[in-house]
Amino acid sequence: MSADDPFEAIKQTFFLECEELLTDLEASVTALTFGDGDGETINAAFRAIHSIKGGAGAFGLEELVRFAHVFETYMDELRSGRKTCDDTAIRAMLHASDVLADHVSFARGLIPSMDEERSQTVANELRALMDGGGPVVAAAPDPSPAADPIEAEFDFKPVMFDFGDASDAPEVVAPEAWTITFKPHVRLYETGNEPALLLRELARLGPCQVTLDTSELPALTELSEPAACLSWTIELDAPVELEAITEIFEFVEDECDLVILPKGEPAGSVEDSAAADVGIAALLAAATAPAPAAPAAPAADEVDIQALLAMATAAAEPAPSAPAPTPAAAVAAPSAPAAKATAPTGSAQAAGGGQASIRVDLDRIDKLINVVGELVIQQAMLAQSVAECGLAASSTVKVGLEDLEQLSREIQDSVMAIRAQPVKSVFQRMPRLVREVADMTGKNVRLITEGEATEVDKTVVDRLAEPITHMIRNAIDHGLEDAEGRAAAGKPKEGTIRLAALHRSGRIVIEVSDDGRGINRERVRKIAVDRGLIAADANLSNEETDNLIFLPGFSTADSVSDISGRGVGMDVVRRSIQQLGGRISIASTPGKGSVFTMSLPLTLAVLDGMVVRAGGQTLLSPLSSIIESFTPKEGDLHRIGARDWVIRFRDRFLPLIDTGRVLGFSKPDAPEITGRDGIAIVVENEGGSQVALWVDDIQGQRQVVIKSLETNYRKVDGISAATILGDGRVALILDIDALVVLGRQQANQSEFKIAS
Amino acid sequence: MSDPLNTPEDAQQELMAFMAGGQEFCVDIMAIREIRGWTAATPLPKTPGYMKGVINLRGTILPILDLSARLGLGTCEPSGRNVIMVVQIANRSVGLLVDSVSEIIMVKANEIQPAPSVAMDEMKALIMGIIPVGQRLLSLLDVNLVLPEIEVEAA
Repeated sequence: MSADDPFEAIKQTFFLECEELLTDLEASVTALTFGDGDGETINAAFRAIHSIKGGAGAFGLEELVRFAHVFETYMDELRSGRKTCDDTAIRAMLHASDVLADHVSFARGLIPSMDEERSQTVANELRALMDGGGPVVAAAPDPSPAADPIEAEFDFKPVMFDFGDASDAPEVVAPEAWTITFKPHVRLYETGNEPALLLRELARLGPCQVTLDTSELPALTELSEPAACLSWTIELDAPVELEAITEIFEFVEDECDLVILPKGEPAGSVEDSAAADVGIAALLAAATAPAPAAPAAPAADEVDIQALLAMATAAAEPAPSAPAPTPAAAVAAPSAPAAKATAPTGSAQAAGGGQASIRVDLDRIDKLINVVGELVIQQAMLAQSVAECGLAASSTVKVGLEDLEQLSREIQDSVMAIRAQPVKSVFQRMPRLVREVADMTGKNVRLITEGEATEVDKTVVDRLAEPITHMIRNAIDHGLEDAEGRAAAGKPKEGTIRLAALHRSGRIVIEVSDDGRGINRERVRKIAVDRGLIAADANLSNEETDNLIFLPGFSTADSVSDISGRGVGMDVVRRSIQQLGGRISIASTPGKGSVFTMSLPLTLAVLDGMVVRAGGQTLLSPLSSIIESFTPKEGDLHRIGARDWVIRFRDRFLPLIDTGRVLGFSKPDAPEITGRDGIAIVVENEGGSQVALWVDDIQGQRQVVIKSLETNYRKVDGISAATILGDGRVALILDIDALVVLGRQQANQSEFKIAS
Repeated sequence: MSDPLNTPEDAQQELMAFMAGGQEFCVDIMAIREIRGWTAATPLPKTPGYMKGVINLRGTILPILDLSARLGLGTCEPSGRNVIMVVQIANRSVGLLVDSVSEIIMVKANEIQPAPSVAMDEMKALIMGIIPVGQRLLSLLDVNLVLPEIEVEAA
């Protein structure tokens, strides 16, 4: 066997696919929950589960396969209409898809342990439903009465293909029987079809005797690239119409050699018999594909069995089965177009026709973004030096440069757009969360999501999940009333959480709203006073009171629950959002509910900053933390103690941090603040408290590309990152919070509270 | 990177000779990525005195280290005549500010003598060996150790 690496790589690809498939599954099941599903939705869910199972089989992930199998079998029952898709079924599906996701995460090593008990419970639940849960709509042959259908039916190793359940069945002598020779081409596997499913469909027609022909299978050492080497001979002992058989192979007839003969007729080689039997040959003219099986490539140095395995199983998609009526699936009214859009019926079959997307390594895109960023800077530098030459505005050089600028901006925008991803991937994890939290709290919750297609940079998408999770938990746990509370307030039993995303002025806005009780301002205020966060007589507006919940150490839950209220509360949310360069705010109406709004930059690679000078250095202050800047008037600046300065800002006094001095840029003998001109920038730090930064002057506002200092050096106190300005010089980006801490250390200043 | 002290006796080693703080040094040429003229660096706050700051090297932020100051030979007030040797340390690039770069020398492993015990700690820690070339004496510098802030994974 070759090195582990290619295998690992394929495995990683499999997990990536799993992620997408799970998302598809979740979307389908969600659609069913809302009654938007149809037969195709169930099919999509089935395909997703099946593909996961197939891949997992190739990688020997037995636990996953076992569970997926039970789930798949159940979905198959629903799909064929033998079981109805009612509320019980949907609930079971929801649980099962959660457990399936856990299995995948466990196999991937993302979660340390697997809740086997839960997996068993859910699997048993599914089995119970299959055995008699729903009404049996159509009497269907159940050829696998064995106690353990999993072992009997499932085996994905292509060389040892075993169609257990069918071959176990007793052979019944029928008046008419068929002999089917089926030899898939490589193309059949490539398009994601799965011979096992075709054979299973055949088995539905009647008892089958399946023989696998491995004579063309080359020795392992010669097996170098995906090739179709297997063929099957199926003896079907049932008096069925020829059409019934051809129907099964309808979708793959161009991708295999298929010969269907009445039993007893001589069957030579595939081509010979097709030519010999005129009557059948005519019928099967289309079925007998002209393309020869892919020739086995010359022996290569390396045995690439994984590739073959992956080909044969991981990528396998079920062939569209004989169209089974799915009356059960027609639960709902005609599906709304919006629901259609979320149900990825087409994407699951991406392996099929023309591919609309490609999978690219993120590193490559990052590199491209970097290079393009350089291009833009280089272009700006060039423009600056040309401008210094004093050429006329109409000169060809200038005009050319302007075109160049436009082009490079366009490239930059396009490259950034490559990284943009819909927030859907995050939003789709939320229904599960809502279910779990709702179960834990015993509340009845409905989640409505809007704007799933809103696009934002991948790095932002990845880091959205945590704050959204936290906010939703809080909304269910603290925001929504319990059943009695809702009844008393005259609200519907079911609480509603709305999760919405939208673009607003170059930023993405995420809103989490609930129709719960809203913020109890009196209580919030009392807690804040009790904990010493505000002065007892502080005069706060409603808005200010609401925003007190973001203060560190503030938690309103009377009892500490598992879900939220571990004492970390909303300040954690606020911090993670601020780390992304965003802001969060709350608007609450007592009795009506609360709306949490967070606004984030569309990308983390670019930052809006204020270019300032301090201590002779050009620095950048992130715009997201700046509240206001102003030139102090006489009497605004006061010294307190030996080194501390405060500044008057709207009748309050804020501590003043001399940026240049704190960072050590100012010379030790530089005059004190009062001795030189300057501007105060009021900033808000993570804790929500305000301080003023003293800078020499403000040079303007600009968008810059963030460059890490850690790539080649290390973290520097007071500095979050660096950037390159238009003149090619490096400018440092201030880390406001670290700067405040540094200022405190230097001034040894007592802790400052919001109400001071 | 090959270790010049542990290579076969007659193996040839290419070293880059340069001046820093008025003395001659050399480093394994494989560690050097490029050599460029001095450009003003943006100072970094709260860093050791030998850190000159950072410059823009085609879009990456390159820290610049004053090798003379690092070796305890006094700080260098850079002018246009100084050069920056961009070296690779672990997976990072660092610029070393030196007086000038002189030549590439070919040295056999057995020509490298172990570093004598010298009083200066900085020197002792950074010098892997000494190489007499005619009348001159070159100190072989271990670039992996010049930037203590960067942790170099043990090979």
